[in-house]
Amino acid sequence: MSILKRTPLFDFHVAHGGRMVDFAGWEMPVQYRSILDEHKAVRHAAGLFDVSHMGEVEVRGAGALAFLQSLLTNDLAQMTPGRIVYSPMCSETGGVIDDLLVHLRAPGDYLLCINAGNIDRDLAWLRAHHAAAARAAPGGLDVTLADRSADTALIAIQGPRAAEIVRALAAGPAEAAALDALKYYHFAAGLTIAGVPCPIVARTGYTGEDGFELYHRTEDAPRLAAALLAAGAPLGLEPAGLGARDSLRLEAGFPLHGHELSETISPLAAGLAWTVKLKKNSDFHGRAALEREARDGPARRVVFFKTGDRRIVRAGAAVNDEAGAPLGAVLSGTLSPILGEAIGSALIDAAALKAGRALLTDIRGAKITLRPVKPPFVELKKRGGGEAGKQKDREAEKPGD
Amino acid sequence: MNNSDIPADLKYAKSHEWVRTGADGTATIGITAYAQNSLGDITYVQLPQPGAMLKAGDAFGVVESVKAASDLYAPISGTVVEVNTGLDSAPEKVNQAPYGEGWLLKLKIARPAEPDALLDAAGYAALIG
Repeated sequence: MSILKRTPLFDFHVAHGGRMVDFAGWEMPVQYRSILDEHKAVRHAAGLFDVSHMGEVEVRGAGALAFLQSLLTNDLAQMTPGRIVYSPMCSETGGVIDDLLVHLRAPGDYLLCINAGNIDRDLAWLRAHHAAAARAAPGGLDVTLADRSADTALIAIQGPRAAEIVRALAAGPAEAAALDALKYYHFAAGLTIAGVPCPIVARTGYTGEDGFELYHRTEDAPRLAAALLAAGAPLGLEPAGLGARDSLRLEAGFPLHGHELSETISPLAAGLAWTVKLKKNSDFHGRAALEREARDGPARRVVFFKTGDRRIVRAGAAVNDEAGAPLGAVLSGTLSPILGEAIGSALIDAAALKAGRALLTDIRGAKITLRPVKPPFVELKKRGGGEAGKQKDREAEKPGD
Repeated sequence: MNNSDIPADLKYAKSHEWVRTGADGTATIGITAYAQNSLGDITYVQLPQPGAMLKAGDAFGVVESVKAASDLYAPISGTVVEVNTGLDSAPEKVNQAPYGEGWLLKLKIARPAEPDALLDAAGYAALIG
């Protein structure tokens, strides 16, 4: 048997009624009170998520930028300290090993945030390519990799009241002002929140709402979570589990690795062409395959859909046309708690999509029509502080984490 | 609501449905507090039409939660006389009030001895341990 790993907030979850499940080898709360209620709390007030199971990897050295540029499809060349970029990391076939966030702390000092279920795979991939790059560098490779997952905890505070809650716990007026000014896809370094040192406070998240992701030491997590909940509860903050996290990201139209992105679903097929910089000034893994796919067009595409029906269309369900010919399969499905109807994503034959063929699936003998929609499924408010209207940062928009 | 709530005046099936028999030869059927809690947020309830004849043990409908879809089983035999149409737009009532507003359907009892053969509250409490 295998022993499930626990985050430093395990006792917090149990104390708040968390229903603990196995998620990628971690014992995590799928919900506390109700997935639907936690989802609505995040859309209308705020939610506290433990995402400490996610991995953190430091990539440092004079060669760090070139090393990451060779592995990631997005372009990091224009990053300045305090910026965050979302990128797929592809194999030679253009399939996605993982999708991740890159934080630039200082020139030659990067922190990657990677999916919990992919930590081992990512580390093996990074180390193998690090070794290959070292062999190919006659003068030696100035890049070090360090897995910081075990000593890094991560709490996300998400929702329209998130900024108010985190701000109230800032160490003083200057730190509060720094939080106010923090733009979407930027982070502040070295703030203290509720007395807890946070090397990174990032204006990011996986819900489509405004909010922060607070990186801190493992041993500080219970104290930080308790302080955030105490400060936020009067404003409607609730602990929220993985169930709400999944329905929120799907409603926002963000991909989840293993569903909308995988080793067989490229970023181009997933509709993330903006994360693939074919013109960037360095070669990268998957480039040739992605160039071909960009030229010919993906054979299959990820499409988001709603159904006008409350019955949930579940991952794996076959999608056919009216004559029963197979067109693809469902990747994710849930009930949108805000719309009160089933929403989801499916991988569909691109020619059939272009021809506007009907997309049908079956639920217990009933034919359900999938109606393609461009996400988000709900209206999302402006994320991040600073001057209004500067949503050029949308380019940095992050889906999966 | 207490998830271990097991009203003493009801009968229970091992498949987690409850039965409330009325003086008029009908029985109201729902799922237990324990069952709704195990399922989590209920998002859809599929029920038969009035007039449908059910045999004890028949799958008569489906209750869907965010997690999964689960069959519902008739604890006793009978003819459906009414279904709770309020659940179409508010299936969460099954979570909120499984023994009240979250009832599923009413049957005209076909075999009056069948309810007596079901578990009583103590028997159901022992089942879910």
